[in-house]
Amino acid sequence: MDAVRKPGGARYGMVIDLDKCNGCGACAVACAVENNVPPAPERANDRNGITWMRVHRLEAKGEARAAFLPLMCQHCGDKTPCVSVCPQNAVEVDPASGIVAQVPVRCLGCRYCMAACPYHARSFNWWDPDWPGRLTETLNPEVSTRTRGVVEKCTLCSHRLQAAQDAQAANGGGTKPPVYTPACVEACPAGAIVFGDLDDPESEAARLAKAPGSFRLLERLGTGAKVYYRTGRDWVRRLADGRAAGDGRTHG
Amino acid sequence: MDERLLPRGRSRAPFGRFLLWLVPWAALLGVGLYAAYLCLALGLNQTNMDNRFAFGLWIYLDLTVIALGAGAFFTGFLLYVMKKRELAAVINSAVVIGFICYSGAVAILAIDVGQPLRAWFTFWHPNVHSMLTEVTFCLTCYLTVLAIEYLPLLLRNRQIKKRPSMLVFEFELHKVMAVFALVGTFLSFFHQGSLGGLYGVLQGRPFAYRDSLAAWPSTFFLFILSAAAVGPSFVLATTWIVQKVSGRTLVKREVFDLLARVSGSLLLVYVLAKSVDTLVWINHTSFALGVDPATFYAFAPFGTWALFAEIVLLGLVPALLLALPRTRRNPRLLVPAAFLACAGVAMNRFVMTVQTLALPTLAFDPFLSYTPSWQETASFLAVVAYGVILYSVSFRYLNLFPQERELASLPEA
Repeated sequence: MDAVRKPGGARYGMVIDLDKCNGCGACAVACAVENNVPPAPERANDRNGITWMRVHRLEAKGEARAAFLPLMCQHCGDKTPCVSVCPQNAVEVDPASGIVAQVPVRCLGCRYCMAACPYHARSFNWWDPDWPGRLTETLNPEVSTRTRGVVEKCTLCSHRLQAAQDAQAANGGGTKPPVYTPACVEACPAGAIVFGDLDDPESEAARLAKAPGSFRLLERLGTGAKVYYRTGRDWVRRLADGRAAGDGRTHG
Repeated sequence: MDERLLPRGRSRAPFGRFLLWLVPWAALLGVGLYAAYLCLALGLNQTNMDNRFAFGLWIYLDLTVIALGAGAFFTGFLLYVMKKRELAAVINSAVVIGFICYSGAVAILAIDVGQPLRAWFTFWHPNVHSMLTEVTFCLTCYLTVLAIEYLPLLLRNRQIKKRPSMLVFEFELHKVMAVFALVGTFLSFFHQGSLGGLYGVLQGRPFAYRDSLAAWPSTFFLFILSAAAVGPSFVLATTWIVQKVSGRTLVKREVFDLLARVSGSLLLVYVLAKSVDTLVWINHTSFALGVDPATFYAFAPFGTWALFAEIVLLGLVPALLLALPRTRRNPRLLVPAAFLACAGVAMNRFVMTVQTLALPTLAFDPFLSYTPSWQETASFLAVVAYGVILYSVSFRYLNLFPQERELASLPEA
């Protein structure tokens, strides 16, 4: 389904520099804490646990070097694979921000969106979420918890966008979409993630997305992802998307 | 003990022996219901599905039984629309099988979704762009149609039709049954197609994605064709099984011949269409998505043998065996050919559901495997047990094969 854009709206996205990422996982931890991702049950493993953001290790066989690639919902733009397949409109693209939202209270738990997503960026709640003991005190009141049997994923911290919009309105409003920072961007100690409005020519994210060395995963599928990656190393590029720098389109 | 309920002119096994036959199936049903309870009460963590293998055994078997259950709609279509009167001999049985397949599939779907109590949302907030919406609407409507088609069979039971009101109701229903057969055909065409479209639209899964013809991906049409082709084979195969298990001749030879002829001819058309589709997919669609189709078959155990088995061994071979008069009239080839055709559609549904999810999409993805848990397996076996029990009860007390009485009175050849 082609996404509808609101005139004057933003197209939030991010650029992740793979040459800066050291694989520390702070982004993934910050994301989980910020968004009330429950602690994994004992029987959970890397395939059925809930991870909105996951750091992949890219390693060529027989070589000692490795790189790290943080992967989350790529917030596809033009032809969002998950939106059109959901039978009950539980996945939506916000025309004002470009954020692909999951609406857990509408979700049937059919998991068709998970089968449709080529980035495997969605998690299903296989267990009842549980914060044992006083861990409930760590819950973020700005984010709803989800129930068992529904799908969830990265929202680009849309609750922070909401807060930024509220603050902007309280200060008399403005003509430009508000600036805000998702938790993963804030937590990255290497400054590897740059976030912003990709339609705003003044934003650093827009500049980097168009710079040489930037690419999107599975660009060839035409998903129009709003998450870009950057690397100056050919071998990293090859491991990340199967192509060497300079093959095909690198930015859109 | 239950003689008063048995249809006239049919001999049936003693009641005690019938109960004994039901016992193991009832036990299987019990275990399966317990497994289903675990999944509903404790959650889908009881399965071996995961975030990557989001669909598993249940979806694969749902798609397969729905394809096989197409025997109901297609036999109805041939009888009521194409006026193939010979098929009146199997239409009742086909309706019961269709009802079992569809109700079983819907029951499994109710366990498979994470929030079954929200199923009504699809009707209230439907996303009209989703193939799954189309599937949900058509499946629900068609199951209702099948229940209505099943009703006259029940009403014709000896004891029930003693009530004049029931007799009148059955008579009135009979008059409109052709309309329901037509509605059923329409609904079936759509949901069989939508089930194919379910995978064909997945642009993020180049292995499953197909180019569109009109508004639908080619898999939409291939699923309709394959279900229509295999449905009569499944009716043939199940009738043969019932004959063997009951030790009775239930239909005339020419009924088998007609079912095989229809199945074989349609299967030939399907194999041709599937071959063309595969060639387009290999030479155009995959490359357009930037994927070398050779990579789809680079991961064991899904080599090119899978493609060969699906199209040739389980497609072309049974199609020829069923379509050619000489092989069709050979009882030693006819029934195995019908089983092969059914295995072919099962293979196709397996490839579309399981192989699609097993193959990597990202460059750094591994190839994945998945083994269903005992809860998944037992839940599905409960559907098989439910089917056997419902069919056995229907066979015992209802007139599933109108020719049975006539054939029973004929001297043994």
